[in-house]
Amino acid sequence: MKTNFATYAVLAGTIALAACAKKAPEELPPPPEQTVTETQTPVATTPTGPVLGSQAHFENAVNGQNVIYFDTDRFNIDSADAAALQTQAQYLATYPSISITIEGHTDERGTREYNLALGERRANAAKNYLVSLGVATSRIRTVSFGKERPIALASNAAAWAQNRRAVSVVIN
Amino acid sequence: MNRFVFILCALVAAPLSAQNQDVGSPIAEGGEVETVFQEAEPVGLTGSTTDESDWSDIGVAIAGFAADRDQPTPANANGTAALGREVARVITANLRNNGIFRPVGPDSLPQPSFAQITSPSWGSWSGRGVEMLVHGYVSGRADGRLVVGCYLYDVALQEELVREGWVVPPADWRRAAHKCSDLIYSRLTGESPFFDSRIAYIAETGPKDARVKRLAIMDSDGANHRFLTLGSATALTPRYSPDYKRLLYLSYVDGNPRIYVYDIGTGRQQLVAETGNPTLAPRWSPDGRFILYSMAVAGNTDIYRVPASGGTPVRLTNTPGIDIGGSYSPDGSKIVFESDRSGSQQCYVMDADGSNQRRLTFFGGRCATPEWSPRGDQIAFTRIAGDFNIAVMNPNGRNLRVLTSGWQDEAPTWAPNGRIIQFFRTARNSGSSALWQVDLTGRNERKLNTPVDASDPAWGPILP
Repeated sequence: MKTNFATYAVLAGTIALAACAKKAPEELPPPPEQTVTETQTPVATTPTGPVLGSQAHFENAVNGQNVIYFDTDRFNIDSADAAALQTQAQYLATYPSISITIEGHTDERGTREYNLALGERRANAAKNYLVSLGVATSRIRTVSFGKERPIALASNAAAWAQNRRAVSVVIN
Repeated sequence: MNRFVFILCALVAAPLSAQNQDVGSPIAEGGEVETVFQEAEPVGLTGSTTDESDWSDIGVAIAGFAADRDQPTPANANGTAALGREVARVITANLRNNGIFRPVGPDSLPQPSFAQITSPSWGSWSGRGVEMLVHGYVSGRADGRLVVGCYLYDVALQEELVREGWVVPPADWRRAAHKCSDLIYSRLTGESPFFDSRIAYIAETGPKDARVKRLAIMDSDGANHRFLTLGSATALTPRYSPDYKRLLYLSYVDGNPRIYVYDIGTGRQQLVAETGNPTLAPRWSPDGRFILYSMAVAGNTDIYRVPASGGTPVRLTNTPGIDIGGSYSPDGSKIVFESDRSGSQQCYVMDADGSNQRRLTFFGGRCATPEWSPRGDQIAFTRIAGDFNIAVMNPNGRNLRVLTSGWQDEAPTWAPNGRIIQFFRTARNSGSSALWQVDLTGRNERKLNTPVDASDPAWGPILP
């Protein structure tokens, strides 16, 4: 949960990125204090920054683009997703010892079982794109949580847009 | 990839005592979770019939069951006489919640003597505005078991309509009350029984973004409630085996969504399919010999069938879309399931071997989580058309009837007699959820009482 809030804190800082504009969540939760200090770390690879192998290190390096978002009922990788995944692929190329789990999620407006399958589809779509960029399949695990783990808690279009996501998480 | 084996999941094979915590039961001693064989001793049936012009809203007086002599029993701290009144209270609650009776319970009625059970004092019943009278008795046997007799009388005709008796272990005394409720219900409505049955569901606690989801079971009236899992791993979508000895459900206990078969008697569980892939949406065949499950391979979900005793699975669907769920027709010959192969979730039907797949639903909106009625004449499903509602159609996909109007009602499950549908209703924003039920007619909608929030109800058949 904390890492996900960190994600949005970073996203908020980089909201001007054109690639993110299309699907940027409309309502962002306020960033926790500690993540603010994290985002102030200038470069992820500096000795004072997060440790390699940590989620914070990954999220800093990819500028918060460890989360991609999907349209309702869709699982295709659009240009914004592709840009984010390219950034992730670069990180994984730089640090070949790192493996990740891609978590697939849906919004709450679907039936439970179907959403588990849909989350699986989304996680695999992200995985397949990373593999197409040269990341070894063995370094990417997928898991679907369907609608069971929302990040935005309201029942409206803005919250649902934030919840239709695939989150890349560093495996420790 | 296609080698599936049963493996023991040691992670969750904790002692039953540690996993079971009876927090929801209104009685000090819950019935056994494992089904106990129950002798049925019909004392005799009369062939009489009576006026059945309008059984809806029928007044029924349920007097306290009489004890032949007041004996101590493990079923009630105050002995068999007190237990007799408790039995009558359970029957009263059952009939009231059914919505088609107007029951009057033992607390506002005179207590008949043991001798009056088979020979009612008609004069004290005719002036109470009730058409039917229920009498019964409780008797402790030398072996500790209880004999419970149940008698239904027509007050106007001063005639016995039906009687039956059962021998139950003290811990299962409520089952005798449910059997009696079923006897009354069936005799007065002509429908099959349903009270003597259980429900598995998912108990939910905690905030929307950190929800704890536990496997739980209870009797059809909410009694004998038990949590079967501790809540450290998310549990979803349970299904009772037809003999009530096992439960299929999904658990994240190893970090991945996988379906397990949980043995209620031992508290142990096994992975249904060791594939390395996510397995979802478990279902039993009506005879309990097969398990349906859905498996996602590289993001593509299809439906598989495997013998419940283990063995080689058979893949039943092979489209690029999400094919998921499945519900057998009562005769086991067909399976209704959900697929988005057309572009959106719709309901399809196929033969049990996977052949002859065809789309059933064309009425706009989406069709999800289809469940075949135990009577075979209806299919209930989640209809998605803006909001999520519970709907029914006949098995050829016609005569759509929408039964509920919540914001998000989903996952219907049938009463054993196919007359009532339970489902879960999720509230907008808060995400709180509860079990509800509605008649096949769309009437008598009511919320079920559960100790905490609830979802994914799965109603089992009449207890063996």
